[in-house]
Formats: sequence, structure tokens, C-alpha cells
Amino acid sequence: MDLISFGDNGWGDELFVAALMTIAVAITAMLIGFLFALIFTPLKLSKYKILNLIANSYTTVVRGVPELLVIYLFFFGGSGAIMYVAQIFGYYDYIEINAFITGATSIGIISGAYSTEVFRGAIQSIDKGQFEACHVLGLKKYIYFFKVIMPQMLRLAIPNLSNVWQITLKDTSLISVTGLVEIMRQSYIAAGSTRDPLFFYSFAALLYLILTFLSMKLINRLEKNYSRGY
Amino acid sequence: MDLELIITSFPKLLGATLITLKLLSASLFFGLILGLFFAILRLNKNKLVSGFAYGYSYLFRGTPLLVQIFIIYFGLGQIEYLRTTFLWTILKEPYWCAIIAFSLNTGAYTSEILRSAFETIKPGVIEAGRSLGLNKVFIFTKIQIPIAIKQSLPAYGNEIILMLKGTSLASTVTLMDITGVAKFIISTTFRPVEVFIIAGSIYLFITFLVHNLIKYLEKKYRYQ
Repeated sequence: MDLISFGDNGWGDELFVAALMTIAVAITAMLIGFLFALIFTPLKLSKYKILNLIANSYTTVVRGVPELLVIYLFFFGGSGAIMYVAQIFGYYDYIEINAFITGATSIGIISGAYSTEVFRGAIQSIDKGQFEACHVLGLKKYIYFFKVIMPQMLRLAIPNLSNVWQITLKDTSLISVTGLVEIMRQSYIAAGSTRDPLFFYSFAALLYLILTFLSMKLINRLEKNYSRGY
Repeated sequence: MDLELIITSFPKLLGATLITLKLLSASLFFGLILGLFFAILRLNKNKLVSGFAYGYSYLFRGTPLLVQIFIIYFGLGQIEYLRTTFLWTILKEPYWCAIIAFSLNTGAYTSEILRSAFETIKPGVIEAGRSLGLNKVFIFTKIQIPIAIKQSLPAYGNEIILMLKGTSLASTVTLMDITGVAKFIISTTFRPVEVFIIAGSIYLFITFLVHNLIKYLEKKYRYQ
């Protein structure tokens, strides 16, 4: 138990901070994912074939390629790409992106592909009559979207989004390869310096279990809130 | 875009595909056995037995695969007693550690897929078998399992693809699968985009094959 005590002798405080980092990365990635879903869901549902193709290739490629490979692409290629763009604008210094941004973006792009599929499915399963009714009532586009479609879509999407959240949360462990100190990386460091990998990796597993358990509880509550009246 | 690099690294990555496929097929094989075993336990009326199966699936689905591999590869070697048994000949190999971790992981997901497939079988079908005087084992192997396989094909197809992506984690325990070789080439040439394109295409191609195989099987085993 000494190993996870707080303070200088134990790894408790370090692991606690690392757990917070994992949560921060997961939430940021989820939000970035929503941003991508917001762009690609309309493309998926568009009647133009070329837009469908763009959105479909995004979701197919990202969901068919290992997460680790995507992370390596961003880890090794991220600053290169940014510098390339910066050079066009006449900025020639070396730019380094920190591990947090690289990690959250790469996980975010992955989670975005899953979210896109979830939102597409949810919108498609809304009754057609709802769209027609809005049309007949002559509702403004944003009222129609935010007040009619969105609430119904969220009710249908939340159970599947909770799966996406679980995937995203677990994917954050892969960011440890970029050196960002989250649960996995901190356990690796602790295991290395105390020579007790069994304990620290099991403890990491326990931390992830606690995180998934707590988030499930929270999402269930949200789900209840959104399915009032059903 | 460096075409030469694409041409020179393609055969290397293709060679690594063999390891990825070996890891995938071995873990799917063991995972299916584990999954079936735990799905049966899960349907047991005894609370303790079904609770044990639930615990297994919760544990492996609630934690990242990376942690599971690290516990098995780095963690188990720490137990002195294990080093003296024959198990050590297996556990000291990263290849077998990866397969053990993958099998346990995919076994947990498979058990959930099969459980829900077993639960959706209409009781009338089983009752029909019973009224024909078939014994329990016969009903299970000849009626329940074939129906469950049909029901779970689409979900299992997804699981195969998830596992294919999961095998990339073998590169973290020094195995040179597609991702491992890709990382090696990237870190020596600093050309991530080209390598990503080839490695990604290989993965996508395997995904495409699996997808079509499952589609074919679904069509073949559809109710007439």
C-alpha cells in the first residue's frame, strides 16, 4: 500500500493527476469528435454523391485502420504538416506541438468517425413525418434543427454515444506512446522505477474500471433525462 | 510524396502482414472458444456462475487492451513461482503473451455477442426440440448453436475488425507486425504519410475481405 500513498514516497498523487489527464484527454477528444461529426454527418446525409463519398471515406478509413497507426501519423507527421502550412505563410521556425494536442486530435478524429455513424443512424431513424411537419409549418432552419430534430436525435443517439465514449476513454491509453503522462504512461514510469509492473498495471486497470463505471452511471442518468415522455 | 519509399517499404510491410494475420487468427480461435464457454456460463441459473462470467466480461471490456497486454507481458513475469513452472516457456515469449491477451479480450466481447444471440432464440424452438424427445446436448449443439451463429454474424464481423485493429498493439511488446514495422520505417525515415498510406491500405484491404466474407456467410445462412 506504500506504493500508492500520496506524497514523496508513493505514487498516489502522480497517478491521481494522471487519471485527471486521462479524463481531460478523453473529454477533449470526444468534443473534437463531435466537431468532426457535425461536419461529416450532413455530408453523409447529403443528396450529392461526391459529398457522401468524402464522408464515407473518412469513416471507413478511420474505422478500418488501427488507432495506433493514426496516432503515429499525427505524432511523427503533425508538426511537419503544421510547419509546412506555416511556411506557406512565411513562418520558418521550428514548431513543436505538445503531446496533449497531438493525442487529443488523433483520438478525436477516431472518435469523430464513430460519432458520425451514430448521428447518421439516429437522424435516419427519426420519423419522416417530423421533417415534413417542420416543412409544412414553415419553421426556420435553425429552429427546425435545434428544437425538433436535435432533441429526438439525442434521445436515440445517447445509448450509442456512450459506447463511443467507452471506446474513446480506452483509446486514450494509446497516447502513452507519445509520452503524454496519463494513466498508462505514469504506470509505466512507476513500474520502471519500482520494478513492480504487476502492481502498477493492475492498478491502472482498476483506475480505468472506475472511470468506465462512473461514466456509465452518469450516462444512464442523462439517458433517463432525454427519454422523458417515452 | 516519396514514391521510392513506398515501393521499397511495401514488401517489408507485406511480410509483416503474415504476423498480423497469425496473431488475428490465433486470438480469434481461442477467443471463440472462451466466448462460447463464458456465454454458456452466463446463461447458467446459478448466480455465482453467471456472476463470474459477467465479472470476466466486465473486467476485459472495461479496461484498455494495452493494459491487459502489459499486465500479462510485464506483470506476470514478476511472480517468482510462475518462472519455475512450464508456463514460463509460454509467458516469456511476447508472441504468446500477445495472443493470450488478445484471446481473453476478444473472448469477453464474443461472450457478450453469443449471450445476446442465445437470449433472442425463441423458447418455442427449444420446446419443439424437447417435445420431439431430443436430449439437452443435442438441442444445444444442433438447434441453439446454429441459430445463435446466424444471429451473431453481423456483430461478430465487427468484432473481427476490432480485433484486427487490436493486433496493432502487439507492436508495443516488441513484435514486428504491420504497425510495428510501420513505426520502425517512420522513425528511421521520418516519412509518416507515405508509410501510413501503405500500412493503412493493407489494414483496409483485410477489413474489406472480412466484411465481404461475413456478408457472404450472412447470405448463405439466411432463413429461407
